[in-house]
Amino acid sequence: MDTETLELIAAYALDALDVDERGRAEELLSHSEEARAELRAFSDVTTALAVGASGPAPRPELRDRILSAARAEPSNVVSLESRRSRLAPVLGAVAAVAAVAALAVGLWGSSLSSELDDTRTALERERAAVALLADPDARTVALKSGEGRLVVDDAGEAVLVLDAIAAAPEGKTYEVWVLDGNRPVRAGLFDGGRDREVVPVDESVGAGAVVLVTVERDGGVDAPTSPPVVASQPV
Amino acid sequence: MRKHLAHLSEEALVALVARGDEAALAELYDRVGGIAYGIAFRVLRDDRLAEDAVQEGFLAVWRSAATYRAERAQARTWIVTLVHRRAVDLVRREERRRADPLELVQRQESADPAGSAEDEAWLGFERERVQQALRLLPDAQREAIELSYYGGYSQSELAERLGLPLGTIKSRMFAGLARLREVLDEAEGSWTPRLSS
Repeated sequence: MDTETLELIAAYALDALDVDERGRAEELLSHSEEARAELRAFSDVTTALAVGASGPAPRPELRDRILSAARAEPSNVVSLESRRSRLAPVLGAVAAVAAVAALAVGLWGSSLSSELDDTRTALERERAAVALLADPDARTVALKSGEGRLVVDDAGEAVLVLDAIAAAPEGKTYEVWVLDGNRPVRAGLFDGGRDREVVPVDESVGAGAVVLVTVERDGGVDAPTSPPVVASQPV
Repeated sequence: MRKHLAHLSEEALVALVARGDEAALAELYDRVGGIAYGIAFRVLRDDRLAEDAVQEGFLAVWRSAATYRAERAQARTWIVTLVHRRAVDLVRREERRRADPLELVQRQESADPAGSAEDEAWLGFERERVQQALRLLPDAQREAIELSYYGGYSQSELAERLGLPLGTIKSRMFAGLARLREVLDEAEGSWTPRLSS
């Protein structure tokens, strides 16, 4: 790499280029792997210079200001961007973002403390749930009791979206059931306690079936032992 | 919420931000916001303008997290770069800086209440390391680096201000940055946390 090119990359890393030259540097960087490698090394140096700048600490209000501003423009959610309008009937755009966020955080957090297989399962569940929420063909079914809704597609894949369900009491868990006929079938466990709980339903939810949630002892049980705290309308 | 995120890398946090995760953005701010504000303030020398630069930088993170590529830069570097870029753009619009003397502002002690003792120790070490590395540069190179990165001057502005050919400024910047890179690489990893109190 010639000296002139290296000088350009160094100046770009320092933000010392005039605006027209920035474009020239970015053009170079867009097609040269070697140039990007140089930039990466120079940028590590400029980041060290930033650390070395040692200015005063920001006012605590700045954090809230930034988070509020981010909250006011929830459209960053990448792949959901184009689907936002289609999602709206399901959750409302902002709620969708919050739901996906809660899911990502919750599952990611728990998955890291689990075994590898659990991690894979958790990530697959997460992916499936996000895909379902983003599916414009998935239907929203209201709840007869409890706050939230059930989202279900034609294949019977379903996700429960619950608003502000309290954390399950000590030693207890929430258990999800699919009632299709007379016998409820176990369909997953969750702990609750988040503003928006996104719960994949582990069993297929066919036409006419109902999804229920009961409070059970830790680990779950084979058949419900208490009245449901959440019940959907028939699908 | 923070307890879920404390163990995640900054790169993983950016991935979460790309999915609209506000808690991840907050965690990134808690980790990098102090450094970002420090450099923005150094460039702008005004707390309101520095806040604007940091806010714009973090909103750029929020909006464009999906375009971040971990193989191109550490997440921290990416964020600092976004904030520094905004600070430089802001200061070039401000006339006040033009009247400032070339000497650097006396460094201010940072008080970052959010950081742990360990973070503080690392930051203190890192600052000292960078200051030392800068002192090793020939004066002309150090001046070019400091006036551009900390002062926000472009190459052409510096050439005019110092009355030197543009080519001289360019080669001083490159030589200075390359030398810093060597010195910092040599000193890399020499920090060990003090375990006793």
